[in-house]
Amino acid sequence: MALEKITQVSGTAVRVPGNDIDTDRIIPARFMKCITFDGLGEFMFYDVRKNEDGSDKPHPLNDPKFAGASILLSGNNFGCGSSREHAPQAIAKAGFSGVIAEGFAEIFFGNSTTLGLPLAVATKEDIQTMGEAIEADPSIQVTIDVANQRIHFGDQEVTCYIRESARGGLIEGKWDPIAELLEGEAEIIATAEALPYV
Amino acid sequence: MAKSLFEKVWEAHTVRTLSSGETQLFIGTHLIHEVTSPQAFGMLREMGLPVKFPQRTFATVDHIVPTNESVEPFSDSLADAMIKELRKNCEEYGVTFFDLNTGKQGIVHIVGPEQGITQPGTTIACGDSHTSTHGAFGAIAFGIGTSQVRNVLASQTMAMAELKVRRINVSGELSPGVYAKDVILHIIRVLGVNGGTGFAYEYGGEVFDNMSMEERMTVCNMSIEGGARCGYVNPDEKTFEYLKGRPYSPEGEAWDAGVELWKSYVSDADCDYDDVVNIDASEIAPTVTWGINPGQAISISENIPSPDSVTGDEKAGVIEALEFMKFEGGSPIKGIQIDVAFIGSCTNGRISDLEEVAKYIQGRQVADSVQAIVVPGSQVVAKIAEAKGLDQIFRDAGFEWRAAGCSMCLAMNPDKLVGDQICASSSNRNFKGRQGSPTGRTLLMSPLMVAAAAITGAVSDVREVFGVSETTTA
Repeated sequence: MALEKITQVSGTAVRVPGNDIDTDRIIPARFMKCITFDGLGEFMFYDVRKNEDGSDKPHPLNDPKFAGASILLSGNNFGCGSSREHAPQAIAKAGFSGVIAEGFAEIFFGNSTTLGLPLAVATKEDIQTMGEAIEADPSIQVTIDVANQRIHFGDQEVTCYIRESARGGLIEGKWDPIAELLEGEAEIIATAEALPYV
Repeated sequence: MAKSLFEKVWEAHTVRTLSSGETQLFIGTHLIHEVTSPQAFGMLREMGLPVKFPQRTFATVDHIVPTNESVEPFSDSLADAMIKELRKNCEEYGVTFFDLNTGKQGIVHIVGPEQGITQPGTTIACGDSHTSTHGAFGAIAFGIGTSQVRNVLASQTMAMAELKVRRINVSGELSPGVYAKDVILHIIRVLGVNGGTGFAYEYGGEVFDNMSMEERMTVCNMSIEGGARCGYVNPDEKTFEYLKGRPYSPEGEAWDAGVELWKSYVSDADCDYDDVVNIDASEIAPTVTWGINPGQAISISENIPSPDSVTGDEKAGVIEALEFMKFEGGSPIKGIQIDVAFIGSCTNGRISDLEEVAKYIQGRQVADSVQAIVVPGSQVVAKIAEAKGLDQIFRDAGFEWRAAGCSMCLAMNPDKLVGDQICASSSNRNFKGRQGSPTGRTLLMSPLMVAAAAITGAVSDVREVFGVSETTTA
């Protein structure tokens, strides 16, 4: 199963400010009444973007100047709470190809990586600088250089951190581990046989 | 070399090291439900793969189940499609399904322990973050996403980096009116909602030694709310006693051998933890959340923080939370009027939770302004409660007695807040919109605190409302 080698992702960016943005906020539970992940993109951050009558709230995700953005910027502990993979699925299906934040919750991090969605950790200061740059000029390209752990935006550049297990998987086209897990057949059986309860 | 339970269980379940450097970890028990498994079965079908260990895979239905109607098809066609899909998948792949007609259906984290499927020294995974609950038995239990559910279905393994272990000691004795829920809310308040990132939490000390299995489950359940990937308590005699005679527990000689093995998984006394946190039980009071994450919690006698009382990042968080909650910083939490009272969930929907509340509400009435519902965590819990007459006690006091399910914890079913209602809730998350209304407001607290709020119509101190004066065991 050959997967794409994701060495960098690029596009215009939009910032969803705040810390501890949970996966209920990224995709409210009522939109998970589904048996496929199709169509989740339109419900990404639904209650953050919409009033109860369905009209738009003033929010960067509704601002035409950020339309078409494919890099998402946020604060610390992004993706906390529920383990729902529907959250990174919604982000990816809404057209995003990477997220930059001060930190990520662990289950969300694993779910995103397995979908080939790179998550880059940057400092609060650098995210602030990037946020100001995209606010000043929403057309600037933001590039997450996964291979070299750098973020380029406009004519500026900062370092970022991508956990090695994820970074390696992304750049080598092994971000979905299923093929390698299945290759371990003999060892899986040996491990199972040594466990009395299995 | 001395090792922690986490290290011992991790080692016993390590298949091999993957090219990413992560461990391929064997998952001994896989629990599935209707929300996060259908897409995983879909992927399995696309790849033409079977379920590797169907005999180690157990399913139930909980999130979307209506608690006030028992007939199928459900009036919500989407919910109905989900239960039918799970039924179909379980049948096709040979997975045991604790369906609605089995008498064993319920919230997955309540069903596992009560069936004896959750055992010490095992690894457990489930597409649900509150899988950490099972750590109460000394299991290492992970919430996972749907692609990982597919991985576990297909290979009975998952890829994961080893965690660090933080020992959290709570010493001394809990004060009257202080429950397991208060202990974990206090821990999250102290360590933060992301304080556990990269860690497994090992809970120890007198307070956990003295807790019942069900109380330990309440604590482990919310490990994820503190950012920890899992949480556990070392197994002891209480663990074994709880498991003895349960449907999936070993029997006869296998039982004796099982107990011997389980004892060997306990953390060695002199093992090195990556971090140790000590908390004195006397610091913990009945605790209530005031904000939009479980770390935004205060004791019942404290005032809601004002933006001026905090600095840095926390200030923006307080401002955002106060705006959403429509609360005034610096005002008391006690006395805030509530609209809905919810007792239930994988955190506090067990029999001991219901018994403790029933003990105090006899002769009392839910305030006219409050809708109060009690949702047993499983059909087994409901049956035990009904046999003891608890359902009648709740009904007499003005609570609605419902059927088993996740109900208003996450509102993927008809139980939802309306508009900006305030809910006193025994569940685990107070996120914006969590209880089904985008503007609905959740205050997390212990089940008895929920009952106190239901009866007085406002956030109240259990010690005052019920005169709770002795340490109890629920």
